[in-house]
Amino acid sequence: MLKRIIVFAAISLLLLPVLFAGGQTETQSGSSSMEVESVKLTGAKPSGELEIFSWWAGDEGPALEALIDLYVSKNTGVTVNNATVTGGSGVNARAVLTTRMLGGDPPDSFQVHAGQELIGTWVIAERMVDLTPLYEQEGWLDVFPEDLIKLLGTKDGIWSVPVNIHRSNLLWFVDSNLDKWGVSVPKTWDEFLQIAPKLKSQGVVPLALGEAWTVNHLWESVALGVLGPDKWNKLWSGELAFTSADAVKVWEVFKNVLEYTNADAASLSWQQATDMVVNGEAAFNIMGDWAAGYMFTTLKLTYGEGFSSSPAPGCDGVFMMLSDSFGLPKGAKNETAVIEWLKLCGSREGQDAFNPLKGSISARSDSDMSLYKNTYLHSAAADFQKDTIVGSLVHGAAANEGFMNDFATIMGMFLTSKDPVAAANGMQAIASQNGIQ
Amino acid sequence: MKKTRKELLYAILIVIPSIILVGIFIYGFIGNTIYVSFTDWGRNVGGLKENVQLNFIGLSNFTDLFNGILHQRFRQDLVNAFFYSLFLLIGAMSLGLFLAILLDRSPRGENFFRTLFIYPMALSFIVTGTIWRWLLAPNGGINVLPSYFGFNKSDFLWLSSRDMIFQFNWQDVPVILSVAGILICLIMGYKAYKKNNRKKIIVLSGVSFLFLFNIFVLHNILPPILPYEEIHGFNIATIGVILAAVWQYSGYPMALFLAGLRGIPESLYESAKLDGASDFMYYWKIALPNMWPITFSSFIILSHISLKMFDLIFAMAGADTSTAGHPSILMYLTSFRAKQLALGASMSVILFILAGFFIIPHLIHTRKQGGKSNA
Repeated sequence: MLKRIIVFAAISLLLLPVLFAGGQTETQSGSSSMEVESVKLTGAKPSGELEIFSWWAGDEGPALEALIDLYVSKNTGVTVNNATVTGGSGVNARAVLTTRMLGGDPPDSFQVHAGQELIGTWVIAERMVDLTPLYEQEGWLDVFPEDLIKLLGTKDGIWSVPVNIHRSNLLWFVDSNLDKWGVSVPKTWDEFLQIAPKLKSQGVVPLALGEAWTVNHLWESVALGVLGPDKWNKLWSGELAFTSADAVKVWEVFKNVLEYTNADAASLSWQQATDMVVNGEAAFNIMGDWAAGYMFTTLKLTYGEGFSSSPAPGCDGVFMMLSDSFGLPKGAKNETAVIEWLKLCGSREGQDAFNPLKGSISARSDSDMSLYKNTYLHSAAADFQKDTIVGSLVHGAAANEGFMNDFATIMGMFLTSKDPVAAANGMQAIASQNGIQ
Repeated sequence: MKKTRKELLYAILIVIPSIILVGIFIYGFIGNTIYVSFTDWGRNVGGLKENVQLNFIGLSNFTDLFNGILHQRFRQDLVNAFFYSLFLLIGAMSLGLFLAILLDRSPRGENFFRTLFIYPMALSFIVTGTIWRWLLAPNGGINVLPSYFGFNKSDFLWLSSRDMIFQFNWQDVPVILSVAGILICLIMGYKAYKKNNRKKIIVLSGVSFLFLFNIFVLHNILPPILPYEEIHGFNIATIGVILAAVWQYSGYPMALFLAGLRGIPESLYESAKLDGASDFMYYWKIALPNMWPITFSSFIILSHISLKMFDLIFAMAGADTSTAGHPSILMYLTSFRAKQLALGASMSVILFILAGFFIIPHLIHTRKQGGKSNA
């Protein structure tokens, strides 16, 4: 008898997966054109609870809290649930977000890098609400630069509200050290490769580099410097092949640049790589402008004395930007509260409360620069208004998450093989796989 | 009779909820993962739509993982996983045995040392990983140790080296596996020969012949498993992780072995001594063979742990350091960062099968033992 029960239990256990496998919903996704749902602006007074999902904890926490405090003081009826999932550049947060979105439980509004990280992932999946009416009502089309709006939107709509702007393509150095070593700031990557041996012979690391993602970060600055903004944009629209001579040259230059980096790069954080420049162990470092925040706030250095910056070689007049933004997912539980949140995110008041603390600049052309104590940000804000703006690959503006992830794999292969042609072929393969063609 | 029936009914009622829960939340989800691994979920852009249409594409995800040029990292991660398991098993078990033998001699402070050696097991992998990441940093911890003794600072890159030893071409994997198979057959055959088990010898020589056939005939006439050469090997960057894992888990086999050693009758030791056996001879020839079941079960449990290195590697090397990678980390990145859900599911299925390799011998072993005790 007992044996029979065991057999019965075993069989039912074995059958269960089959039942489950059949339970998958399989419905036809319909026509290829997108169903666009635009935001409805009712002007109703919000109440209830608002969940804000982000990966801003630690150093970046206070900036978000300032923004939330401002929101609560304006919308007294709403309680804000600040849901943060920690983890560098949102690796873990995005995993949680994926399961929540797929499970039909989206947060009311979530942090996402503006551009393709949102568009290539959630917009094409028809899970976001078009915000064009909100842009029109708030007059954002006039205060945000045109290039930025292009990166935020598709032909079907505008999908998120940027709260900040960071710049990716910057070269960091210490003026007095460069004088001591007898070199000047390189204007192109060829110039860098010429002065690098001189630095090396003096026992200085020419270019400080950190862990895996900072290598990708360096690549995008090299690529932009070698290609220029037009060809860079053409890469992402599919007009320039990743196997073209120009694109292969990027990998060749990149390979030469890597020769002049520190051997222990993979075990250093980006802050440690920045430290190498500050301490005089290395001459240069390519990093986004959060490095300015780190040197200003944590290391207590002043811009222009303790550290200086210039656009990455070959990038004069080109601003490679990345931006954190918030959008409105379909099925958000408290839409009126989210609309008020987005209004605050895009407003001058909100941006000027958030950005001085975050160490970034406002996306608006009319921000009050006297609030920004870190003087680096003044030059960044000026550049943002006059430079050509392009999107960053590593930080989500230029390509979707699938491409970004596969790019990391290609980079891992390249670092072992050092083969530019193979890397270029790999890039072409992942581009077509991720819909860039 | 009636009473037993009632008892049986109670028994069934009590067991049913857990059968249902286990059935849904473990086996149901395993089944769902297997199903997803045969679909194209996440292959096309827009795979995250609300009403996503999943198309059945057969084994394409699996063939991609083993053939596709983009999945070189997956193959290297499999090789890494093999070396992680191998060196964790060798390291933790031999160190555990060594410590157990030391403690078996009842030194002063035995209790203290026993606790000390087993204590690391109480830590989570994240804690171990963070501590060891600091210890193995290129400019700190272990690397500066020599400078205290007047030597030069070491510049060994424990976690970020890109060097590789034991290199082999992925195209040769069938040959390597066949050679390994022949070696196993030889060992088993030797045992069968000693026991005069004719039937087993015939089966084993048949199997070895198949392996030989594979090496000398099939390998030469079939197309290679990859159209181009691809070099894989043992990544030096994994040494740091192995070190940390051995440190954490050698206390566990130590406790098992110590219990085993204490279970051997004192008289065996004394009679071995009377016959003039050295200590080494006693442990090697008498104690160790007597502890075979313990060796086996610690082997099984450690090999499970070796498949669950996710958190340790995540804490020590980070998710994107591909040289120290593991298929489980790649699965996480593929599913949740790249949103290639079907591909991630197929990686899980492969890991699931790998885990099966360790569980099935264990099940067979326990069944055999159960049979014996019943008889």
